[in-house]
Amino acid sequence: MTKKQITEAIQACNRRGDKAFVPYIMAGDGGIEKLRETILFLQKIGVTAIELGIPFSDPVADGPIIQEAGERALAKGVTLRLVVETVASFKDEVKVPIILMTYLNPIIQYGIEEFADDCRNSGISGLIIPDLPYEEVDLVRDALTNADIALIPLVSLTSPPERIEKITAAGEGFIYAVTVNGITGVRDGFEGQLEEHLQKLKAVSSVPVLAGFGISTTEQVELIGSFADGVIVGSAIVTALHDGDLKTVEKLVNASKNKIPTI
Amino acid sequence: MVKEQTRSGRYGKFGGQYVPETLMTALIELEKAYDLAIENPEFLAEVAYYLKDFVGRETPLYFAERLTKHAGGAKIYLKREDLNHTGAHKINNTVGQALLAVRMGKKKIVAETGAGQHGVATATVCALFGLECTIFMGKEDIRRQELNVFRMELLGATVKSVDKGAGTLKDAVNEALRYWVTNVEDTHYILGSALGPHPFPEIVRDFQRVIGDETKAQILEKEGRLPDAVVACVGGGSNSIGMFYPFVEDENVKLFGVEAAGSGIATGLHSAAVAGGKEGVLHGAYMYVLQDEDGLIQEAHSISAGLDYPAIGPEHCHLHESGRAAYTSITDEGALEALQLLSQTEGIIPALESSHAVQYAVELAADMSKEEIIVVCLSGRGDKDVETVKAALGGDKS
Repeated sequence: MTKKQITEAIQACNRRGDKAFVPYIMAGDGGIEKLRETILFLQKIGVTAIELGIPFSDPVADGPIIQEAGERALAKGVTLRLVVETVASFKDEVKVPIILMTYLNPIIQYGIEEFADDCRNSGISGLIIPDLPYEEVDLVRDALTNADIALIPLVSLTSPPERIEKITAAGEGFIYAVTVNGITGVRDGFEGQLEEHLQKLKAVSSVPVLAGFGISTTEQVELIGSFADGVIVGSAIVTALHDGDLKTVEKLVNASKNKIPTI
Repeated sequence: MVKEQTRSGRYGKFGGQYVPETLMTALIELEKAYDLAIENPEFLAEVAYYLKDFVGRETPLYFAERLTKHAGGAKIYLKREDLNHTGAHKINNTVGQALLAVRMGKKKIVAETGAGQHGVATATVCALFGLECTIFMGKEDIRRQELNVFRMELLGATVKSVDKGAGTLKDAVNEALRYWVTNVEDTHYILGSALGPHPFPEIVRDFQRVIGDETKAQILEKEGRLPDAVVACVGGGSNSIGMFYPFVEDENVKLFGVEAAGSGIATGLHSAAVAGGKEGVLHGAYMYVLQDEDGLIQEAHSISAGLDYPAIGPEHCHLHESGRAAYTSITDEGALEALQLLSQTEGIIPALESSHAVQYAVELAADMSKEEIIVVCLSGRGDKDVETVKAALGGDKS
């Protein structure tokens, strides 16, 4: 899959009158052998793309739910290399874009070029690196461009306008709009100015804007979805999958459907 | 030129700003505020005032005559950072950063602590300047440094226990970073070591360089010349960078950083990032990091909580790579030996962290002539470690 297909998948979804829905899952939570089954299940219930989290020893951008899922995966020996290999083993069955979310250090140890090539060969088309801000992207840019992998940037509520312009100008795939000041996790409320923030982002960005961090209920999917081109749901999906509660996963995905009046 | 440093906070290839986007605005704001403050005579006078009248600087440079005799070689001087208010060098930095936070209009402070010295120093300045203080400390460190926890609470700080990972300094930094990301608008993070994303390594170094600046003036006064060697312990590397920095361009002064070898480098149970680490990114900076082949960060091990960190600050990495400073290591056992030795020859109980530097200096002195001079940064006093030492020695005072 190519990086353009991430953007296209979201746009196609919006044209159908739906909001994009991207679930975050922790690779190897429950064992790496569950990964294929989980990805095919999510694909079947109509997700737009899948954000595949790589467990890390020091996940500073993550809240307790994803931290614990990461610890469970690490305890089972799951590594970045193992995840890339595993995804490669069933890539022909995967029809939705797969986006890896990994902290920077495992990529550095993997070797940036080798990692980018292996991703391409595994059908992985996008990458989110939460501890790689705009200032430092030169470290990975060439390798990712050569392998046709989208580097999906994060924009936060604290990012000032001139920064947002620079980040979105370089944005590929979609813009990941962080909806709270803080780490991933379940939350009750959002900042009042979120709608305005997301609309400003959409106005300057040439790729779709997806909102994430703290979105955990069907109501929040609908509400935040109404301000953006789609949503990313992490902790709530991780919890539901861990509990084997597939109904909740389906409900969350369905909350993103038919939210744009079709003409 | 060894001191090269670009404005983006690079020390050779080390350093940088590898943090979540939510923190970038705060780091840029901090950098701007810091650059203005550090050029502002009023701010510098304010820092100097508190260092003198509150902290008790300058600290003595003391000739350790009996220790020198024992080592049987070069003259050993001790830079007495243990005599600072709160018992260690950590307060040099917290005074500076708290005054910076006040200038920036931040009313809340968050910090991490390992041994508790930085936590106590932070809680102290928060009390002094009326700032709300939250300290993250690993569960294991809380156990090892119970009294320091009480001290922080007595000073009005909230101490939060971190039970992730091994429950030591690395995990406390993770939690402090998460807290900062969530409360970034009204909170300043007082990082305690020469680590983290730019501009922290630079800020910490600049507030700690008073150690080296004073040492230089004092040794010139006492000996009429610069020392032949300067020795300091290195965890993240704040006392050592503060001691080294003013000497970096004096090429005849050898610089020795002493890492914690824990149970021995070969055992894998150590905190020596230069000796046993690889290049990588942790807590916002490109440094030498203890990690496995998959890039997962490994736990550090040392009897001294303050050196128990799996990386070494970016400027030290550059000093190592350029060859300007040499990094060596001392085991837990060596540190315990030095702690007893200094206690019994000089009547000074050093912190376990500083004991690593003392031990190396004693070894180094033996190979040097009597005309040569070594300065050791005695970064902290050992009161906080007495229980740990007692347990390690099995109650036997050797």
